Amino acid sequence: MPHDHDDHQHDNELDPMAARVRALETILTEKGLIDPLAIDAIVETYETKVGPRNGAKVVAKAWSDAGFSEWLKRDATAAIASLGFSGRQGEHMQAVFNTEETHNLVVCTLCSCYPWSVLGLPPVWYKSPPYRSRAVIDPRGVLAEFDVILPETTHIRVWDSTAELRYLVVPVRPEGSDDLNEEQLTDLVTRNSMIGTGFALPPVKP
Amino acid sequence: MNGPQDLGGQMGFGPVAPEIDEPLFHAGWQKRALGLTLAAGGMGHWNIDESRHARESLHPADYYSSSYYEIWIKALEVLLERHGFVSFDELNAGKSISKGTTPKRILGASNVTAVLAKGGPCDREMAIPPRFKSGDRVRTRNLNPQTHTRLPRYARNKLGVIEAVHNGFVFPDSNAHGEGENPQYVYTVVFSATEIWGNAADPQLTVSIDAWESYLELA
Repeated sequence: MPHDHDDHQHDNELDPMAARVRALETILTEKGLIDPLAIDAIVETYETKVGPRNGAKVVAKAWSDAGFSEWLKRDATAAIASLGFSGRQGEHMQAVFNTEETHNLVVCTLCSCYPWSVLGLPPVWYKSPPYRSRAVIDPRGVLAEFDVILPETTHIRVWDSTAELRYLVVPVRPEGSDDLNEEQLTDLVTRNSMIGTGFALPPVKP
Repeated sequence: MNGPQDLGGQMGFGPVAPEIDEPLFHAGWQKRALGLTLAAGGMGHWNIDESRHARESLHPADYYSSSYYEIWIKALEVLLERHGFVSFDELNAGKSISKGTTPKRILGASNVTAVLAKGGPCDREMAIPPRFKSGDRVRTRNLNPQTHTRLPRYARNKLGVIEAVHNGFVFPDSNAHGEGENPQYVYTVVFSATEIWGNAADPQLTVSIDAWESYLELA
C-alpha cells in the first residue's frame, strides 16, 4: 500500500472492518478514484491542525475582548473566520453564551452534526445513541454523567443541530481568572465546555 | 424517513459513558474511513444530504450495532454502487474488475487543505421574503415522509416560537433525492419541554430545532 500503515500494527488483521475498509481503499485506488495521499492529508489535518484548540482560542478571545464577543454573538461565522478558522462543517456558525441563569447544550439527534472547524472531529459519545437520544429529553441526567450538576433553577437550552448551523457554546468565564491573559485563558477552555457537557476549568492557583 | 437515525427521546440505550482522554481514532481503519468518505465525496457525484440519507437507510439492526465510522463506510459502499463507481462483485472480491463511472474530479493531496478550508456553504440567496418573523408562534407539521427529512419525530405537530430567522438553505428533503436544492428559509424554533414531552417534563428545559420553512405553519 502506498501510504503509511503503521497504525495497523495495533489492529487485529482479521478485524472485519479493517479488512473491509482496506478492500474499499484498494478498489478505489486501483480505479484512480481516490488519491491515498489525499486521505493521509485529510487525517493529518484533523490530527494536527483542526481541533478544539481552535474553539478555545475563540472562547478566550470572547472572554477578553467585549467587541469580539459582540461580533461573535452577531455573526459567529465572520468573527471565527477572523481568527483563521473556517471551512468544512463550520460554514454557518452560531455561538451561544452560557450565563449563570442559562446553560446551553448542543446535540445532533439525527446524525453527528458538529462544528468541525472549531472543535475538530466529534468524540464517539457525541455520535452514539445514548447521548443523541437523551440530550433532548433528559439533559440533566446526561450532564450528571459528565459530572456537571446544575441547580434545578438553572434553565437548560438544548440546541438540536437539525440544519446546517453549527453551534459553539461559550462557557461562563471561571472565577479567579481575571488576571489571566488570552493565551492563559485558552488553557481553561475544554472541548466539552464548548459542547455544553462541561465547565471551563478553574485557574491553577500559583 | 422514520429511520433508526431519528433518536431524540428514544430510551434504552444506557448511559453516555464519556471516555477520559479519548483518542481521536480508535483504530487505524477509522482514519482511512474518514479520509475515504471525504475523498469519495470530493468526486462531486452526491451531496451531504444524499450521504446522510444513505446512512439512515441502513437496516435499524445494522445501524444500531455499528460504530459511526462503520455506518459511514457501509453508506459509502451504497453510494459508490448507486453511482456506478464500484460493483457488488468488486466489493466482494476486494479488487477492481471493470471500469465504472468516470468521476467529475479527483481530490488530490495538494488540494486537501484548500477544499477543507472552503467547505460546502449551503446558504442560498432568496428572491422572496421569509414567511415568519421572530416571535411568531408556529406549529410544526405532522410530516412522515418515507424519504429524507430533517424534522425529527419528537418535534412534529408541536407548538413553538420562532427565535431566529436565518438565510435560505438548500432543502435536504429534495436535495437528498436528486430533486434539486429548492432553498427555503431556516428558522430556529424553540419548544418548551412540556410541549414536547408532557407535563412531567423539566419546567426549566427548552429545546430548539432548526426548521425549514415548509416544516412550519402559523399557530
